[in-house]
Amino acid sequence: MTEVSITDLHKAFGETAVLRGLALETAPGSLTAILGPSGSGKTTLLRVIAGLERADRGRICLAGQVVDDGHNYVRPEGRRVGYVPQEGSLFPHLTVEQNVGFGLSRKDRRGDRVASLLKMVGLGRMGRRYPHQLSGGQQQRVALARALAIDPQLVLLDEPFSALDPSLRATVREEVRGILAETGITTLLVTHDQEEALSIADQVAVLRDGVVAQFGSPHQLYHDPVDLEMARFLGDANLVDGMVEGQKVTTALGAMALRSSGDVTPPPAGPAVVLLRPEQIVLSADQDAAGVRGRIVRSEFYGHDSLIDVVCDQLRLGGHIRVRVQGATRLKEGTEVAVSASGDAQAWPKSA
Amino acid sequence: MSAQRRRPRALLALSCLVAGLLLLPLAFLFLEAHQVGWSQLSSLLFRQLTASLLWNMVRLAVVVTALAAIIGTAAAWCVERTDLPGRRILAMLLVLPLAIPDFVVAFGWTSVLPAVSGYGGAILVMTSGLYPMVYLPVAASLRGADPSQEETARTLGMGSVRTFWRVTLRQARPTILAGCLLVSLALLAEYGAFEILGYQTFTTEIFTEFQVGFNAPAACALSLVVVVIGLLVLAGEGSLRDRGRVAGAGHNASRARVRQRLGRWRWPALAGLSAVVALALGVPIGVIAYWMVRGGSSTLPQTASVANAAAHTIGYSAAAAVIATIAALPVALLAVRSPSRVVRLLERSTYIVQGLPGLVIALALVFFCLHYLAFVYQTSFLLIAAYAILFFPLAYVCVRASVLQAPEGLEEVARSLGQRPLAVRLRVTLPLVGPGLAAAFCLVFLSAVTELTATLILVPTGVETLATQFWAFTGNVSYGAAAPYAAAMVAISIPPGILLSRWFDRRPAGSGLRA
Repeated sequence: MTEVSITDLHKAFGETAVLRGLALETAPGSLTAILGPSGSGKTTLLRVIAGLERADRGRICLAGQVVDDGHNYVRPEGRRVGYVPQEGSLFPHLTVEQNVGFGLSRKDRRGDRVASLLKMVGLGRMGRRYPHQLSGGQQQRVALARALAIDPQLVLLDEPFSALDPSLRATVREEVRGILAETGITTLLVTHDQEEALSIADQVAVLRDGVVAQFGSPHQLYHDPVDLEMARFLGDANLVDGMVEGQKVTTALGAMALRSSGDVTPPPAGPAVVLLRPEQIVLSADQDAAGVRGRIVRSEFYGHDSLIDVVCDQLRLGGHIRVRVQGATRLKEGTEVAVSASGDAQAWPKSA
Repeated sequence: MSAQRRRPRALLALSCLVAGLLLLPLAFLFLEAHQVGWSQLSSLLFRQLTASLLWNMVRLAVVVTALAAIIGTAAAWCVERTDLPGRRILAMLLVLPLAIPDFVVAFGWTSVLPAVSGYGGAILVMTSGLYPMVYLPVAASLRGADPSQEETARTLGMGSVRTFWRVTLRQARPTILAGCLLVSLALLAEYGAFEILGYQTFTTEIFTEFQVGFNAPAACALSLVVVVIGLLVLAGEGSLRDRGRVAGAGHNASRARVRQRLGRWRWPALAGLSAVVALALGVPIGVIAYWMVRGGSSTLPQTASVANAAAHTIGYSAAAAVIATIAALPVALLAVRSPSRVVRLLERSTYIVQGLPGLVIALALVFFCLHYLAFVYQTSFLLIAAYAILFFPLAYVCVRASVLQAPEGLEEVARSLGQRPLAVRLRVTLPLVGPGLAAAFCLVFLSAVTELTATLILVPTGVETLATQFWAFTGNVSYGAAAPYAAAMVAISIPPGILLSRWFDRRPAGSGLRA
């Protein structure tokens, strides 16, 4: 059980600063997703933690031991960090068994450790095959078994599912999560896929311009984004004008309580931008219902829910209001509806 | 990261050194030209002789290139795309003529049919020796090309013949042209075959001026012409190669394709290709065997036994192969792992050697040594250096491909799995790169064993290699005495040749060979 503690981490390549004072503390045994757009420094962060790059400045501690503080540096082979790069990177000249046993001593390679690891990742019978004879998902699981074989104190996964077929992704993701939960090893997972980060991780760190812009549980990030940009980045966001008065905010869609949970400070009284998630919006075909008038321009059915786009002329928004409703909907494109909102809302001063 | 940062710098320094060494012959040639002086050079250049040599070169290049393109492309199409009977054996037999040096082919013809000589003889010998340079890359590209374009053409209502002309041939055109330019380069560099056939070209004239007339300025002047032509051809080939890459393999390349039925054409096609193999492979091997059986004494004293000459040949060739392979490694590592504009320029500059005939490289080294390093002249060091420079591009192709097999990410994973750098090199990098390095060694070794021109100029006094002893006997019309040396050359080439072909077969199709 290892906690990762990173303070003021800096890393530049030539003139380009990639990490600019990044800080991160993760709990032992947790699965933390590092989420960010491409170029935000996610992979660099993993590589510095693995010891494949050296930090320019700052400090990385694993289980209380400093592995890099810009001067002292523990080599990658001395860190016991299981690194699973993008697309697995299995050794093509070795069989699955030999790949998994690569980091083990000669004695351990002969024992049943390899077999039990392969069994754990569900590839008990594939030991004699070569990597090119496996599917993408199988390769990914072998790479994970190989990383787990050295009994790592920390596992790093770099976009582990991005190379997989979308239909496979969710299954492999669930399997990997299960395996990691079983071992209880602290894990950092890099991804640019919000859905992946929100669904798999205990904690999510959103990387922006080389620093952690927000760190918290998926729930916190979705419901209490630190700023507008974060609100837009994670999930669909309807941003409407409102007026804050005390603990309440009034919009064209109705008056709502301001959320006060967590470390979110409510905005001062005055004009504000209000965040409403699609599941907070209520549509009614009843013309007498409260709310603004709108017209459905698009309706997409996903089975478990439906996404509906509504244009409200009154709101003077650039786009439309996006609404999520449970299951199928009887509301067809072109239907006139009344749009209102429910639940708590979060707001930022208009100038921001 | 200091360790990682230092590495590209060290690699860059090494690569610059390698590129610099490779360009030395060119520099030496210009140095010699400078010492000869422009007025003397121009009087040597602008005369009737140069024009007639140029005419000989052009009229030969046009015909041989065209024939090689037709034969090579037709053979490749028949073997790769049709239901030709015996195509698997033919695929192997059609490549083999590459392993027989052209001067041995020429010997094969003239020793039994003295009428094969001059322009006609040169066309026959060079076409049968060089068509594989078109066949090999075209076959690879036909094998690797995406079949969906042709299938689309068929569904758009084109017949099979029109599809062949308008789609297949169009796809293969850059590859065919690149092969033709390689044929031209080989023609420019060939000496032995033309000497035997009595066909005067730049190389035979340069050789005569230098070795017989001891006229270094004239040899230098003509070498300059050859270098200019060679570099022009090379530039053409380079630009084609960049364009050819676009027409490379697609997603569906691995899909099995339906072979074209030849119908009543299958027997004429088989007869044609068999004739090609018979002329290019059967004649030289048959003639060597004939002279071996018939035997024959020579009035010429035998300076080196077959075993003795073979030992020298193997020693020089192996040394050069090791050096060329090792020298290619830093450049390939740099080009693959830390590409930049500077690195690409560096890489390109090593290609220039391809445009320089062995004769010119050897002469340039001799010029320099005679002026400045007389004690190196006629040592085995100089011969090995010449081989290593001459065949560096061959080694580079293989080494670069092998470095691509060992991405840096694999080494990093191995490090994070607790392995020290040395263990990583031994357990990951070496097994992945090794086969390609062995291929590079084989290719250079093979080429050096059958090299004649540079060897004749640079071989140490009192030493004979297989090629030079063979040459001495054929010059004396002692065919029976010469044959065992040719047979030994071919025999030595076979094991590395087999290793090499296995390596090329393992690699993905279409990752072109540049011979």
